[in-house]
Amino acid sequence: MEPILRTESVTKIYDTGSLTVKAVDQVSLEIYPGEFVALVGPSGSGKTTMLAMLAGLLNMTQGSIRIDGHELGMLNEKEKTYFRREKIGFIFQANNLIPYLTALENVELMLRLNSTNSQYCRDEAKKLLGRLGLSDRLHNLPKQLSGGQQQRVAIARALIHDPSLVLADEPTAALDTERAYQVVQFFSELVHEQKRAGIMVTHDLRMTQHVDRVIQMVDGKIFKIIDDRTEIAAMSTGGRI
Amino acid sequence: MSFYLASKEIWRNKGRFLLFSLVIALITVLVLFIAALAQGLGLANKEYIEKLNAELIVFQEKVELSTTTSRVGLDKLNDLRRLKGVADVGAIGFSSATLVLPNGQKSLDISLIGAQSDKPGMPPVLSGNPIRSNRGYQAVIDGSIASRNDISIGDEITVKTIVGSEDKFYRLKVVGITDGQQYFYQPSVFIPFETWDKIRPQATEGQSQYNLVANVIAVKLTNPQDIQIMAKYIVNQVGDVEVVDRKTAYEATPGYSAQQSTLNTQQGFTLLIGILVIGGFFQIQTLQKVPQIGVLKAIGTQNNIIAFTVIMQIILVTIIGVALGSIGTFLLSLGLPNGIPILLTGKTAIITIITLLMIGPIGGLVSVQLALRVEPLTALGM
Repeated sequence: MEPILRTESVTKIYDTGSLTVKAVDQVSLEIYPGEFVALVGPSGSGKTTMLAMLAGLLNMTQGSIRIDGHELGMLNEKEKTYFRREKIGFIFQANNLIPYLTALENVELMLRLNSTNSQYCRDEAKKLLGRLGLSDRLHNLPKQLSGGQQQRVAIARALIHDPSLVLADEPTAALDTERAYQVVQFFSELVHEQKRAGIMVTHDLRMTQHVDRVIQMVDGKIFKIIDDRTEIAAMSTGGRI
Repeated sequence: MSFYLASKEIWRNKGRFLLFSLVIALITVLVLFIAALAQGLGLANKEYIEKLNAELIVFQEKVELSTTTSRVGLDKLNDLRRLKGVADVGAIGFSSATLVLPNGQKSLDISLIGAQSDKPGMPPVLSGNPIRSNRGYQAVIDGSIASRNDISIGDEITVKTIVGSEDKFYRLKVVGITDGQQYFYQPSVFIPFETWDKIRPQATEGQSQYNLVANVIAVKLTNPQDIQIMAKYIVNQVGDVEVVDRKTAYEATPGYSAQQSTLNTQQGFTLLIGILVIGGFFQIQTLQKVPQIGVLKAIGTQNNIIAFTVIMQIILVTIIGVALGSIGTFLLSLGLPNGIPILLTGKTAIITIITLLMIGPIGGLVSVQLALRVEPLTALGM
């Protein structure tokens, strides 16, 4: 099976003139369809920088990122924008939803951006939100939803347009533990079911219980890759890094 | 897509955007009111000269085109009439007088204008008959005098002038009514030139001269295109005169240019304030939306969609504001007393409204630039 994501020696160096910082150092990894991976590590370990490069939001200094057959380094800014809206699903830590759009409209937004807002897609959006337990919240604005509900809408928005890769940046950071577990569970279920490749950045090890692999980063490098279920389960009881 | 985002945001934040539209509406009322005032005041000062049925006006030399200071003897009429290219000439005399109204009504200051029958300077009548002789106590009155004071053709009006220190009253029969013909901010009453010379205000009694003297002479040309050439030609052929077109003549009216430039400056400043207010509002709004714009860009929204969303919001808010302001100005004008000289013609109204509609996009340019500069990385807090 071909991996959806393949990175080779990805490096990001910030050069401020007087100071050179290697934020990501020679990271190589592969993620396959239906695989849900947690990228963990302490603050400053390079997780978010890595995520930004995978999304095409930040240019790498060297290396290669290949997503669903597309070499990111070969795309110009405009192509990256199109690439993001077609191939990438995003869940952010905060300010995730557009405040003046209802839950349904926020999900439909991805379809509108991809010019596929047919009645069928609209029905799909409703179905997906229903699946996430939000059938009675379709026409609510984000401010009328709880934090957990907002993140579930964000999950629906990240998956509605059939992306190849779904990226989540600390999606549970603003939630209480119970809601956080629930959100990660939903996310994991959908990634597995729809055969996407999912990457979740977190520094809360408790959230790794639903992932297939944990990639631990330290000082910009991959420190450890854990794919043993028992080891992951043990890690997920360890709390925050 | 841009329209979708722009309209959704406006609809879901109706109060905020409506409030801002009201601010634009107030600016619109102010700008339109100043424009109407400038036009109304300008017209009150120049209407008669602007509508004059002649291309050129002959003044006495070295009086800085002052109609009241200028003295042109009627002997010049014949000199002018004989010139090639001159179709007709007419003597005009200006003075101020008071129209005494019956039944204790407040008297009305008027411009008492003496003009020759059927000659340039005598305006066409809309109803009734023109003045047929150069003598006699007949009058053609400004339409606004007739409508405001319920004066009809055939009525007699009383005009008061001051001779020396004594009030003199003259009864004139209204034979015709003309359209608006204000001059020196006063509605006009036209009388035969020789009658005017008799009854006009004078420092002492019996000043009327055997040789009549007009203030100016209106010259109608055979070929109205030859204004510049004919003006020079007349100056060369008839000595001691200055010859100008109507526009130059009314622009030389004392205070006219100063008044118009003051009002235009006020209008310009109000528009500038409008641009700054709109610019400030949308800039603050864009700054508040930086994380949201970051998310939109991160999920693949192109810059042009972001820019058009901001522009559409600015345009929608401006259109609503200008529409409300225009309606407000119209309603305000209905409630204003007659004495306030406001006038807004279709052309000026359209130009002013287009200018007002442009201040939105101009003011919002900074916020568009700001929105375009937002990095999608802000969505990741980077």
